Amino acid sequence: MYVAVKGGEAAITNAHRLLAARRRGDTDVPGLTLAQIAGQLSLAVDRVMGEGSLYDPELAALAVKQARGDLIEAVFLLRAYRTTLPRFGHSEPVDTCAMVVERRISAVYKDLPGGQLLGPTFDYTHRLLDPTLAGDEPVEAPATATAGSEKVTRVSDILGDEGLIEEDAMLDASRPVADITRTPMEFPMERDARLQTLARGDEGFLLALAYSTQRGYARSHPFAGEIRIGEVDVEVTIPELGFAVVIGRIRLTECQMVNQFKGSAKAPPQFTRGYGLVFGQAERKAMAMSLCDRALRASELGEDIVAPAQDEEFVLSHCDNVQSTGFVEHLKLPHYVDFQAELDLVRRMRAEHFKAAASTDDAATDDTQEAAE
Amino acid sequence: MTSPATDAPEPTLARYNFAYLDEQTKRMIRRAILKGIAIPGYQVPFASREMPMPYGWGTGGVQVTAAIIGPDDVLKVIDQGADDTTNAVSIRAFFARTAGVATTTATPEATIIQTRHRIPETKLREGQVLVYQVPIPEPLRFLEPRETETRKMHALEEYGLMHVKLYEDIARNGRIATTYAYPVKVEGRYVMDPSPTPKFDNPKMHRSEALQLFGAGREKRIYAIPPHTDVVSLDFEDHPFEIQSFDQPCALCGGEGVYLDEVVLDDRGGRMFVCSDTHHCESRRAEGHRGALLGDEASADAASATVKEEM
Amino acid sequence: MVAATASAYEGGFSDPVGAAQTVFRALMDAMARPGSIQPLPDVAVPPAPLTASAAALIATLADADTPVWLDPLLAKADAVRDWIIFHTGAPITAHQPDAAFALVAAPQNLSALNGFALGTQDYPDRSTTVILQVDTLAAGAPLSFEGPGIESRVKIAPAPMPQHFGAQWAANRQAFPRGIDLVLAAPGAVAALPRSARLIRQEA
Repeated sequence: MYVAVKGGEAAITNAHRLLAARRRGDTDVPGLTLAQIAGQLSLAVDRVMGEGSLYDPELAALAVKQARGDLIEAVFLLRAYRTTLPRFGHSEPVDTCAMVVERRISAVYKDLPGGQLLGPTFDYTHRLLDPTLAGDEPVEAPATATAGSEKVTRVSDILGDEGLIEEDAMLDASRPVADITRTPMEFPMERDARLQTLARGDEGFLLALAYSTQRGYARSHPFAGEIRIGEVDVEVTIPELGFAVVIGRIRLTECQMVNQFKGSAKAPPQFTRGYGLVFGQAERKAMAMSLCDRALRASELGEDIVAPAQDEEFVLSHCDNVQSTGFVEHLKLPHYVDFQAELDLVRRMRAEHFKAAASTDDAATDDTQEAAE
Repeated sequence: MTSPATDAPEPTLARYNFAYLDEQTKRMIRRAILKGIAIPGYQVPFASREMPMPYGWGTGGVQVTAAIIGPDDVLKVIDQGADDTTNAVSIRAFFARTAGVATTTATPEATIIQTRHRIPETKLREGQVLVYQVPIPEPLRFLEPRETETRKMHALEEYGLMHVKLYEDIARNGRIATTYAYPVKVEGRYVMDPSPTPKFDNPKMHRSEALQLFGAGREKRIYAIPPHTDVVSLDFEDHPFEIQSFDQPCALCGGEGVYLDEVVLDDRGGRMFVCSDTHHCESRRAEGHRGALLGDEASADAASATVKEEM
Repeated sequence: MVAATASAYEGGFSDPVGAAQTVFRALMDAMARPGSIQPLPDVAVPPAPLTASAAALIATLADADTPVWLDPLLAKADAVRDWIIFHTGAPITAHQPDAAFALVAAPQNLSALNGFALGTQDYPDRSTTVILQVDTLAAGAPLSFEGPGIESRVKIAPAPMPQHFGAQWAANRQAFPRGIDLVLAAPGAVAALPRSARLIRQEA
């Protein structure tokens, strides 16, 4: 009996019904609210906002819920929504120096103006599973202090005042700001487009590449100059007004890596920079991004390109997890037409192989006979 | 009953623009399509958008179709030659919902045919547009992974590497061992990837009466072959290009000179070969053609949901 | 012919989505079949000397990402400039090589095609598409073309056309894959000559 594979429409509908039921899980258990996800799984929500490149905790929470906690699927949902939104313009560069910091640490100075501020970190927690979290025990109110009114000077500015670190790279101001969502990639890529690409790159991919630079594949002697997390104002210049107005406030994680550079005949020895800036609280991502950014500056700094992390096309073409997951998973789609073509070829080649082997055997037998005669 | 009737359009959803994409995105894609047509075989970079289906699942083809489709179009979508494979069903439903267009499985009735991996067996005519979903648009990509290098090769018309690769095939295997995504040269200038269609379909591209558009969403490229354009499969004088041939006709419709899928019937080595182009096979059966494994009591109703037969 | 509008704010597409799709499909077919004449609906009412056909094409194709160059006849008509800016958002450029699109109301005065962007060998698509306003596609001097999109040969007789068109077009074809693409906007119709079209010398 032969039953052709048909009825795809019904199969899809039924699969999606099953998905919806599995997503909901046991209906005796209350369903998750978006406020619960945004409030209690906030680092998942932050990652989805960062890699989805859309700052909206509520939508990101919805995406996490809809994706059953699959964060790459959630990133994809958010991206596919984002792409339908009209683009009104671009913001002024955010001033992270004016950030209301909740966390700010530097690994290069013991103490510094503005102080070291640990903030809500996993650092120094002992990774022991905490059974009390299985319930809903009341938690202590956090200790707070009033934020100082003075700006928290960036470590890179402290180094910069002494000329010890290179100047921040400046792009031609008359040039329009890159927008990787509206222009296809082109290599070599300018740093603004590269940082955008890294900012929404996959955390795991960038983490592994960053790690590889520490293990000698493009070693850059990094120091965590500064990591800061907090809220900044977003300003947009309205052409009709002629000045910038604040349109909102977002939480960001910024990492400035300070790296060694020997200097050259022309330039005195100076530290170099790697930069990371990510939506929300995403410290691991910001650190990985800054190491990758530094590695990708190899050709700009005249370094030999010897490792994957320095290879611009390799890193930037493969760091987007929405693209990666789509293409890897597309292998699930039917490929039987191509496979048929390969099957046919392999069968023919095998037939020829055995035929050739058989005739060689025959020839060998003849030779023996001739020798015997 | 003859070929399946064209379905009635479903009402358009109000929430999205016609055919999903916003007008600015459509304009950008339309400009790329025009350049592609003007420079046959050249891959035009375009600012591909995220689509509501994954990259690698036809986002390039969907964007091209969305940019050209109008309310009077009749859309056919195939995957592996079949109208009823799940991804084809999904994409067809997407356009029926977002553009309210009529859809069909009948090749001659369609004005736009979006395809993955096949070119229909029915000869295409003037006025039809064939939209290919392309995973890797760069024919040189597997020889040289760097975009900066392959772009230079196209610019200089330096295709020696491709010939070396094909010749290495011959040296190792006694033949060119590329069976699908077999590279072609368009109008004597650009070497082009025909998308992963079996090389069986390559000759159908040559001087086709239909306009052929190629969309690669993840790789952000659009390219085109205008009608009546020379499309030549790369080969060597002593190893001319040849297409696959099958030892037996389609087991259902008896069709010959068509591309067949192998269907495993049991775990004792039982196999049958059937048309990969489901519409072609159904129309032939509707016309009364009978393959070896199509029993007498088989209904000729081509629109029936399943084809089920006792062996 | 349609009367000119008084205001830059009027005369745009009344159905922007449908009109743009219809106009684009006509142009796509024209480009895919060089020299063929495709009917173009009257969907725009621009100020003179911009014609309805040319206006429909530019409103379909141009936006803030595509600078538009105007020939002197159009450039001196403020109403035309304002209409294009209002309805497309496209910046107007005075530099031919910066133009994604060029609009030419007096093709007979266009002395050189090679002043526009021809693209690069790496990116031949970064070229200007030149839209010529013509009075006719059938009553001018006949031109024969062959090439992709053309079954054997196609004849078209547009007028007016740029000076020394034969030599200019041959030079354009010589630069392939670089080069400009021509769009011929006639009353109620559009034809196109992509850079791939080869002009056949007229037998004497």
